This record gives sequence, C-alpha cells and structure tokens, in this order.
Amino acid sequence: MGLLSDRLKSFLRGPRSSAEPAAPANGGSVPQLAPRAGRGDVLETRQSRGLDQFFGSFRDQTGLSILDLGGASQENINFITSLGHKFYSEDFLRIFQATFGENVADQSNPGRIDYFLRRSLEYPDEHFDGVLGWDALEYMEPALLAATADRLWRILKPKGYLLAVFHSAERRQTVPCCGFRIQDARTLQVSRHGERAASQQLFNNRSVEKLFQKFESVKFFLARDSLREVIVRK
Amino acid sequence: MSVWNKQRREEEPAGPLNTNTIRPTPSAPPVETKKETTTLSSMSSMPTGRMEPETSRGGSATIGKAVKINGQIYSREDLYVDGDVEGTIELMDHKLTIGPNGKVHAGVKAREVVALGVIQGNVEASERIEIRKDAKLVGDIKTARIIIEDGAYFKGSIDIVKPEPKAAASQPRPQPAQVPAPTAVAAAAGAADTKR
Repeated sequence: MGLLSDRLKSFLRGPRSSAEPAAPANGGSVPQLAPRAGRGDVLETRQSRGLDQFFGSFRDQTGLSILDLGGASQENINFITSLGHKFYSEDFLRIFQATFGENVADQSNPGRIDYFLRRSLEYPDEHFDGVLGWDALEYMEPALLAATADRLWRILKPKGYLLAVFHSAERRQTVPCCGFRIQDARTLQVSRHGERAASQQLFNNRSVEKLFQKFESVKFFLARDSLREVIVRK
Repeated sequence: MSVWNKQRREEEPAGPLNTNTIRPTPSAPPVETKKETTTLSSMSSMPTGRMEPETSRGGSATIGKAVKINGQIYSREDLYVDGDVEGTIELMDHKLTIGPNGKVHAGVKAREVVALGVIQGNVEASERIEIRKDAKLVGDIKTARIIIEDGAYFKGSIDIVKPEPKAAASQPRPQPAQVPAPTAVAAAAGAADTKR
C-alpha cells in the first residue's frame, strides 16, 4: 500500500517538474541584463511579515504612489493596482548592472554614482508613499549604498515606508539573485536566478540601522534561511 | 447588359495598389490614401509587387522597418509599426502593435497596445496594453488592463483606469458613403522622412 501511494505521489509529482524547465530558457532571452529577466530556476513561496507590515501601514488608503525597484512583474502590478495605488517601476539592478557592469570597484566614483542615481531614482522629493526595495541594496558597495539610501530618504514622503531584504548578516562571497513577487499581503513568491558577488558592506542590524540613520525608525523581521526583512519609516 | 458589366469589370484597375503609392510631391502630405485602401501598407519597406491589396483590406496598416516618420499619425484602422516614429500616434478605437524592430518616441493613444519593440513616451490604452518579454517601455501608462511578460523592461508608472461606458459609440454614425473619406492615416504635413 505504501509503495502504491509512493508511486502515486511520484506520478502526480512528475508532470509538475516537467512543466517547469521552460522557465530558465525564458530568463536567458535577455543575456546582458541578466538578474531579473524571467522566471528563476528556484521558486519558493514564503510568508513575509515585512510585506504584511508594509501594506498594513497603508490599510484603508488608496491612490498612493508605490515604487517597486525589482522591475515590473505582473503579480506586483496586479496586487498594488488592485489596492487602488499607482504603481511605479524601476528595474534597479538592471540599471545597476548597465552602469557598473561587473566592476564593483567603480562604485565609489562620485560621477558614476550620480549618473546611476539620475538613471534609476530621478524623482521629485517626497514623491512616494512606499518603496519596495527588495534586495537591491545588498549588492552595493558602501559609497554607492550610502548615496542610494540618502536618495531613497529624499524621494519618500514623511511617514512613508521602505521595505528592504538582506540575505545574511555575515560577510559572504556571493548572494543569491532573487525576484520577489507578491502573492497576497503577506505571501511572497521568491525566484532565484543564480548568484551575484556580494558587497563588502556588512548587513548586520547595527550597520543597517546606521545606513538608515536619517529615517525615523528601522524594524527587523527575521525570516527563515536567515533572510531579514527590514521596514524603514521616514 | 451582361456584356457591359463584363467590360466594366475588366476596365477596373487593380485599385488599391494604384491609390496606395507614396506621392513624391513635396507640398502634398507624404502619405495620402483613400479610406477603402489599406492605408499605410504603402509605407512598408516591402517591394510593391509583394503587396497584397485585396487580402489586406480590413487588416492593419504597416510601417515597415526601414521607414522613419517624424510627426503625427492618426489612424482609423489597426497599425503595425516596425520602423521609427517620432511624434504622436493616435488610433482611438484601434490596436497599435510595435513590432520587434519598432522604435517609437511618441505619445501613444490607442484602444489596445502591444509592444514587442521600444516605446519611449506616455501610453494611453483604453482597453489594454501588452508588454512582451523583449520589449522596452519607458513612460507612464494609463490603461484598464496591463499584461507584462517576464524579461520586459518597464520604467515608469501605471495608472489603472476603468474603461468609460461607450455611450457615444452605440449611437449610429453618419455614413460618408459617396464622399471620399478623409485621410485615414496621415503623417504631419512636411514632416515625414522616409528612409530606405
């Protein structure tokens, strides 16, 4: 009976796995702009207290301006516009890669930092009620990171929120490239597209608090796999 | 009687093919076509012999990939742009498709927009917009519905607007049957620039 049920399970599991391989091929269609293009090879669904907190703070409000730095995904557009908000999209990492390439040392060049911020975060001051930053900050070296945090502070409205995600508090060689898709107010689908060189910057609680020192508050949520979600309020 | 009819049919020119040619006179609008013809097929980069005037009736007009237009485009039929357009494109009740080679630096208004190429400018699609995986759109979108494929590049904002009830559309339209129809698609006077 046990053998039969195992076979039944594997039979049922079979078609699902065979349906998935189409995804990486899709992701490979834009080779130069790799990280967020297409469905990843690893998909997982996870609860997100940070996301819950982020949208909980906008409850009963409509017509807000929400910026998603993870590029445009159908799921995030649907979710945010269904709440009656205006969706803004920036493919932050794509611009990051186009500006700096693989040369991470270049990230301290003030001219290049300015150019990058003009391309990616050129918005009026206090324009957004919320910014979904996901893990975009995690790939940046200290100088660029500080400038980006400062720009995010400027474009957020007072009492506005930023959601950021950090994979590890420890120093690592690489960090996974992820795409974050909102399933509902507290559930995320995370797709992984390989790895990327990690920043020299440490992202423990203390350094993250220091990074967002201009903001009014910083709140941490520790999720499984050492993933930390951070909600920052201006 | 039947003989007369037969003769008349024989005398009829190939019709749309002839009316469909680009007029080289500098003072005239660069593209001028009758309503019955497939208007912009004349602007296609395809050789004339390959045009299919009869079968393409009722299909979409085409701006071929070797064509560049500076100016305003108004169309009363669907439009496929695979070339370069700078200016504005308005197809109020019709579908605009930007082909994979298409580069549009223009404000766009249409019922439906499908992007496979590049659009730089604000887009209003009263029904829906589709941004395919290799497309690039930089601009603000107003639409009732958006479909975006993974891998597409989009920078800008999205406003979801509920479609207006089509009260005006249900009223009977006046039929300008005998009168030559106004230009269905017209590039702005003197502004079109066709390259091959």
